[in-house]
Amino acid sequence: MNNNKPFLLKRLTAVSFLLLILLAVAVFLGLSIGSTGGGIKNVWQALIGEKGNGSMLDTIIWRIRFPRVLSAALVGATLSLGGLVFQALLRNPLAEPYILGISGGSAIGAIIGILLGFSRFPGVSSMAFIGSIATLVLILVMSSGQMILKKESLLLSGVMVNSFCSAIIMFLISMTQDSRIHNIMFWLMGDLSMIDIGQTGVLAAMLLPAFFIIFLFSNSMNILLLGEEMAHTMGVNIRFVTITLLVLTSFMVSATVSNCGLLGFVGLVVPHLFRLLLGPDHRILVPACILGGGTYMVLCDLLSRSLPQQGEMPVGVITAMIGAPLFIYLLKRAG
Amino acid sequence: MMQNAVDIKNLSHYYGSYSVLKEISFSIPKGRFFIIIGPNGSGKTTLLKSISGIEKARNEKLDILGKPITEYSRRALARTIALVPQMVTIDFPFTVMELVLMGRSPYLGILGLEEEKDLEIAREAISFTGVEHLSDRKLDQLSGGERQRVFIARAICQQPSVILLDEPTASLDIAHQIKVMDLMEKLKEDKGVTVVMVSHEINLAAMYSDELLLLKDGEIVGMGLPEDVLSFEILENVYGCKLLIDESPLGKFKRITPVPGKFLDK
Repeated sequence: MNNNKPFLLKRLTAVSFLLLILLAVAVFLGLSIGSTGGGIKNVWQALIGEKGNGSMLDTIIWRIRFPRVLSAALVGATLSLGGLVFQALLRNPLAEPYILGISGGSAIGAIIGILLGFSRFPGVSSMAFIGSIATLVLILVMSSGQMILKKESLLLSGVMVNSFCSAIIMFLISMTQDSRIHNIMFWLMGDLSMIDIGQTGVLAAMLLPAFFIIFLFSNSMNILLLGEEMAHTMGVNIRFVTITLLVLTSFMVSATVSNCGLLGFVGLVVPHLFRLLLGPDHRILVPACILGGGTYMVLCDLLSRSLPQQGEMPVGVITAMIGAPLFIYLLKRAG
Repeated sequence: MMQNAVDIKNLSHYYGSYSVLKEISFSIPKGRFFIIIGPNGSGKTTLLKSISGIEKARNEKLDILGKPITEYSRRALARTIALVPQMVTIDFPFTVMELVLMGRSPYLGILGLEEEKDLEIAREAISFTGVEHLSDRKLDQLSGGERQRVFIARAICQQPSVILLDEPTASLDIAHQIKVMDLMEKLKEDKGVTVVMVSHEINLAAMYSDELLLLKDGEIVGMGLPEDVLSFEILENVYGCKLLIDESPLGKFKRITPVPGKFLDK
């Protein structure tokens, strides 16, 4: 081993490289498979050949599938990272934006924003952000405001906040004639099919800097897991780190929710898988969750498009069918 | 002039309007084994938290190594003082080595990328506390005694001048209690680290401390050599129970025996 090179960098590079390849494969599959033909061989040729030669396949790949696959990767990365951050900050391996009701809160914000006639960006996104922050504050206050939260009380409050949010969403949508929010399933089960390339670009511009900042905090997250007293005496500014991460995470989650609706349990499945495979060091887990979470969501989206004989199902159906049983298993093991 | 590790002048601390520490003043010379005892709720832990910088006291005049604590940056303070808190549960599967290595973070950049020399320091801390065989073990696979020594190794890896411990022997069997106390004595002797410990174990305090501080209701009731502080009059008054005090069979130490109720009825 080189004496002066931090040995963690080696591991970080290896893990990132491997996961990047997996992501690339998933993206390629996502571009290749769909209702209107394509086929892996043809898509491969279209991808390596000259772009924009106007063929039918080119249009499908770049206009329809590309924004969808890209936004799936972004959303998967965000939700996985969101779960990872909440788990570290609340020192609770079962925490996750959807389970805590934070996704639900931002969905309410987004719907109210649409009803008020705001533009999608920044109006609706800001409303979604306010909704998620309000829910976050509500949960923290209900769980007595302490950062050392009891597992049970935190989860119970989350479940209640979550069903309350779902009820409000259904209520708002039922009471309105507005065609822009007619699709209840979009909000409750999550859907990636509505997103276009412009939205994807805005999403990427908002999320990628947030990913980077969170990575810079990854070592602080490790130390926070040791409890406030030890973290404080190891030189971590607990207040600054906690507030920055909570706000950033709520921001990211609300950005994805206002574009893709509620997608549950992604933030539970992906961080747990990587914690099992790679250990609990956040300096590895943050990049792993970004790349692996992206891969996971691209594959879930692929399943949601290809499983039904006709049309497609909301991708939230897939993520919940995988995530909910895992959650129950983890809860049982933790108890 | 010999510099003190800790200088405290008129330190008061309140939780709301309730005062936990009342204008306490004392100094801890460098390289001492200093133990703070006192009944539950006497302010021991708050005092320890004040010294560690976790609790910010009012009208604070608290110097660490001759420099006001307020003039230290967080990281500089972390390079000077390390804390072993009361038992914490960690639900995340760190290994012993990973945990101990985290002690290096006050010396490293934002990502805490450890180099070979940091690994070396961590290995030394692990072997100092005698837990080499546990290096690759997960934290949740350790017994209480092993866990405590691992957390002490983490604090040592921080290379502090002062180490603070909050009831490190609580819930340990007597063999592990002695191990922890011997370890602290060795840390003081070998590395010249100042050890400040809060404890309920009066008999251990009598045998190990260079200096003893007895707190009651946020005030100092006694301070000095253990044989002076541990007098019958002071202790019975402070703890409010019947005690027998004689000399330990080891000689030179006082031995305190609380008297069970059934012996008082007669």
